[in-house]
Amino acid sequence: MKTIQVYDPPMCCSTGICSTDIDPDLVNFAAMLSQLSTHGIKVERFNLGQQPMAFVQNPAVKVLLNTEGAEALPLIFWDGEVHLKGRYPTKDERPGWFRAALGKAEVAP
Amino acid sequence: MKMPFYQPDVATMTRFLFFTGKGGVGKTSLSCATALKLVDAGKRVLLVSTDPASNLDEVLDTKLTNKPTPILGALGLDALNINPVEAAAAYRERLIGPMRGLLPEAALRSMEEQLSGSCTVEIAAFDEFSGLIGNPESAKDYDHVIFDTAPTGHTLRLMSLAKAWDQFLDKNTSGTSCLGPLAGLEKQRVIYEATVKTLADAKATTLVLVSRPQGAALREAERTSKELRAIGVGNQCLVVNGTFETQCPEDVTAQAMQQRGLAALKASAEFISSMPSFIVPLRPINILGISGLRVLLSGDAQGKCVKADESGWTPPEMESLEDLVSTIEQQGHGVIMTMGKGGVGKTTVAAAIAVMLARRGHSVHLSTTDPAAHVAQTLHGKVDGLTLSKIDPAAETAAYQGEVMQAQGAAMDDAGRALLEEDLRSPCTEEIAVFRAFAREVGRGTGRFVVLDTAPTGHTLLLLDASEAYQRELERQARSTQPEEVLKLLERLRDPEYTRILLVTLPEATPVHEAAALQDDLRRARIEPFAWVINQSLLNSGSCDPLLKCREASEHRYLSEVVEKQAKRTAWLPWQAEEPIGPDALARLASSNLHSLKS
Repeated sequence: MKTIQVYDPPMCCSTGICSTDIDPDLVNFAAMLSQLSTHGIKVERFNLGQQPMAFVQNPAVKVLLNTEGAEALPLIFWDGEVHLKGRYPTKDERPGWFRAALGKAEVAP
Repeated sequence: MKMPFYQPDVATMTRFLFFTGKGGVGKTSLSCATALKLVDAGKRVLLVSTDPASNLDEVLDTKLTNKPTPILGALGLDALNINPVEAAAAYRERLIGPMRGLLPEAALRSMEEQLSGSCTVEIAAFDEFSGLIGNPESAKDYDHVIFDTAPTGHTLRLMSLAKAWDQFLDKNTSGTSCLGPLAGLEKQRVIYEATVKTLADAKATTLVLVSRPQGAALREAERTSKELRAIGVGNQCLVVNGTFETQCPEDVTAQAMQQRGLAALKASAEFISSMPSFIVPLRPINILGISGLRVLLSGDAQGKCVKADESGWTPPEMESLEDLVSTIEQQGHGVIMTMGKGGVGKTTVAAAIAVMLARRGHSVHLSTTDPAAHVAQTLHGKVDGLTLSKIDPAAETAAYQGEVMQAQGAAMDDAGRALLEEDLRSPCTEEIAVFRAFAREVGRGTGRFVVLDTAPTGHTLLLLDASEAYQRELERQARSTQPEEVLKLLERLRDPEYTRILLVTLPEATPVHEAAALQDDLRRARIEPFAWVINQSLLNSGSCDPLLKCREASEHRYLSEVVEKQAKRTAWLPWQAEEPIGPDALARLASSNLHSLKS
């Protein structure tokens, strides 16, 4: 089974809609995660504004925060390895995520 | 219409009591006086202010915090303030404090910024509020918990939030949704449910609607009554505070005051008879301190008038509102904001300025940030060149949701759009929508005059806090899709040529001190008020009624205090025999001055 771990920058909520700017990639990513999790992928999300302890307890995250600062966030891990740093996957990248996770480019709604 | 005196009945009192109403009606005085009755009967009482600009400290003569503080001279009485900005600071510290030394400084700073947004501020306060009601552990040491609430608009929001969040959590399907800073969700949820239930339980909760014998205050009480009934708060009663019967029938001012009160009560007769209603007579002195509060509900109808020796006192120099308008109009455009405690006449002053500017040929827009505003009723008539609107939270939220869906939805897939739509129903969205509407109204002042009547102090402070938090957030963002008016908001508020802030007050202790504290807060935000306006002064009224004479004398020190210590410019407005409604009455009010009134 695959595991995805997301270490988000501090935000009010998982889609960031309470912020001054709405990031469509973030909203789509959040929606993708919830789809993946219903298809058996283990998804864990940590928000620096709400679960800061998780950032301290993951040595890789802590090191990157120390060396690169808050710009390193979001950090997205696949099975424990850093997969994406400092941004969310784009529209063009998302089908690749579905393929890698489920073996197909999208899921039926 | 004969109403009995308000006397809290210790035997039948519910555990929770809410005192609500328009600003300046006496919520704080009455909730304190009720608390004293209860502790004098041997009960243990917790008194809680939910007003971000709480006056409990001044009235109880005690420095309060967000933890219960015992009140000297009232054994069994503790009091606390729920201050949203401080609640948010405490919430931030709970999260950030343990991380110091564990996370780098930059990460801590970014946490702090995110946790300074308006939604965090609102929820942190709401959390403390609902905890007191919905968490059986938190106030278990007290027989009664009395809430002295902020003026209507803010309070309606607070009391409906429990239901709003409860419903949002109920309908929410994705589980990944926008819960804002609601960490530890399940625990909170139980508390919100219990809060909703307790507010609706007539055996547990009484809503005391406080009013004055005055049209606007009674109408606002009636609206509040309906809105809170709609969310289940059904056990309500009404207290009309400050009823007045003159002892000096030949006195024109006193007669007018009495008639104005009777007419207002008559106009609201149906509402008044719809629930248990009581009166508290007008007192000659401002109610401050434990002994003053005990007088308020005592049988002694008059109280004592203690006059200071003021034989040498002469009124300080004060201008008319028209004088201020003459300066303001030279700029040709810009924003004029009226601020101050509830009930001091912000709407009246805003409408009077708008009428004056329009009659002098300017294009003027009059608007309000107060959800409980009555601008249209005050203006009551058409003036050439003057347009009118208000920031309606529900309409603004719907418009914002539509706008976001349209602007952002296009770049999203179906699942993303569905999630966005769901998250936009979060109660947090309203905060953002209202803030953007405020920025828009301020932005309209580039090509005309915009007169903004603001909500009472507490609400206004939160709007300022939000403006600063957004500014910081914007500064660290590389790209921004925000409208220009949002980006420029703080800069415009800080520009004394663009924004002129008028602090409105009555010549009484609490409104003056609240306005002074607001002035300090504004200055901390690098916003400098333009002038003060002292409204409803009895000075030179020539009354022979002993109670009014005493009230007039007690004005003196506050007139001096404002002119000498607080204001750069001060305009003075006399008490009006008729509620100033309509363009002519407003213009007349604005042009009256100390010298024209009476020699």
